[in-house]
Amino acid sequence: MAELTFSLIVMGISLFMLLNSAAVAVYAERRIAAFIQNRVGPNRVGPFGLLQPIADVLKLILKEDVTPTLGNKALHTIAPMLPVFTALITIAVIPFGEGIYITDINVGVLYLLAVASLGVYGVTLAGWASNSKYSLLGGLRAAAQMLSYELPMGVAVASVVLFAASLSVVEIVDSQEVWWNIIRNPLGFIIFTVAAFAEANRTPFDLVEAEQELVGGFHTEYSSMKFGMFFLAEYMHVVIASMLITTFFLGGYHLPFAGLWLPEMSPVWKGILDVSVFVAKTGFFVFFFIWVRWTIPRFKYNQLMKLGWEKMLPLAILNFVVIAGAILLYNEFF
Amino acid sequence: MPGKPANDKPTYDEANRLMELSAILFYAFTVLTVGSAAYMVFSKNIVHAAFALIFSLSGVAALYVLLYADFVAATQILVYVGGILILILFGIMLTTLDFTENLKTVTVNMLPASLLSGAVAVLLLYVFFAAEWTTIVPADRDGTMYDLGMMLMNEYLLPFQIAGVLLLVAIIGALLMSTRHKNEP
Repeated sequence: MAELTFSLIVMGISLFMLLNSAAVAVYAERRIAAFIQNRVGPNRVGPFGLLQPIADVLKLILKEDVTPTLGNKALHTIAPMLPVFTALITIAVIPFGEGIYITDINVGVLYLLAVASLGVYGVTLAGWASNSKYSLLGGLRAAAQMLSYELPMGVAVASVVLFAASLSVVEIVDSQEVWWNIIRNPLGFIIFTVAAFAEANRTPFDLVEAEQELVGGFHTEYSSMKFGMFFLAEYMHVVIASMLITTFFLGGYHLPFAGLWLPEMSPVWKGILDVSVFVAKTGFFVFFFIWVRWTIPRFKYNQLMKLGWEKMLPLAILNFVVIAGAILLYNEFF
Repeated sequence: MPGKPANDKPTYDEANRLMELSAILFYAFTVLTVGSAAYMVFSKNIVHAAFALIFSLSGVAALYVLLYADFVAATQILVYVGGILILILFGIMLTTLDFTENLKTVTVNMLPASLLSGAVAVLLLYVFFAAEWTTIVPADRDGTMYDLGMMLMNEYLLPFQIAGVLLLVAIIGALLMSTRHKNEP
């Protein structure tokens, strides 16, 4: 029973943090964008504009909720819930510290990939249910893009699994106690990061909602809190993607080469240290996502597909085969 | 828990409660699976049908989880819910030429289909009542991954490889079919 209670507490805290991290990420995005573009950014609501997300949400709640007359009412309502749902259930298998996780299932990696593949339904159905050509184009682009980048992402994760020899996310983090995967598998890290950008629909791969071409893409016909849900889900997916990059490639909650020098600590202090390290790494990658968005221009659609199928996928498979061979030789001779 | 014995085995009450919980979950997911499957069959709108299929297949995945088959459950979601349904939606959206008018499905072969499903139902019911059901409660919810991998790479290597070759053939066939008319004038 004690384990279950602990899991429930971790779940409550992490869900609370994840939901709020979206608001923090929105604020951070606007401030960092302003900094990069030599502006000030939101600084009126509260100290340094920190209460701006609350004002935004209040505004969204008070707006009128519009459904297109010829659109599909039921699917139009369900669609915004799906990306939020998939973002929230992802954290079930992510370890935040030594022994601090909600659950450790032995197919954790497959679970993460499966959940990631569900996220596209919200966007695609929103595009279809809106009965608008811009929405439909956005939805179709999302379906094609996510399908294309799921493959290199999956193969990159498979090359991580080789080092841990386990599909459990907890064991993957444990295997990186001394050597982080970014050192052992740098190509995999690059491929996974690029694919994560595509899966989160962020610039340079934000063709799904390219304002200059598609008005708002899949959420053109959305207003009020339904739009708010998409907005929330986008930033939660950025946070989730950062968590996954941290977990798979940056050693999760481990400090660099922690296995070699970190002394034994009491569980409480170790827990605090682990969670802080994890949050710091995740925060850095959220910053990285924002940084890239305001620095790199958007890809064209054919370039996106070409990069995914002709460069990333062969590279990912080659990387996988080379690492598998190297591990086999290492185990044979050492 | 005060009445809990020291050897950390679940007490009779606790085990009973867990069984009840999994029974409730089983029936809930059965209703989800069968209900959305029925909706899929009877729905006239093809996108609604595809959407119902998502829920039906997810329900099956949940049933696998209740049977302690995590790998099959994750694969079910990854392959069926995640992959194939995207293709279904793709096909629908690209074939619906007149956008405001939804593509309607029609019912064909009503009689043979009903007879066949009736026969399958009778067969399944017969098996259900004729079989001797023995309940094996797994001692520990242990990982299935290791054993599964070992079996796939040792005993069942040939079927595994044949399945892979079959998929490769399907991919090559799809590529040929989709690029053929480009070469012809």
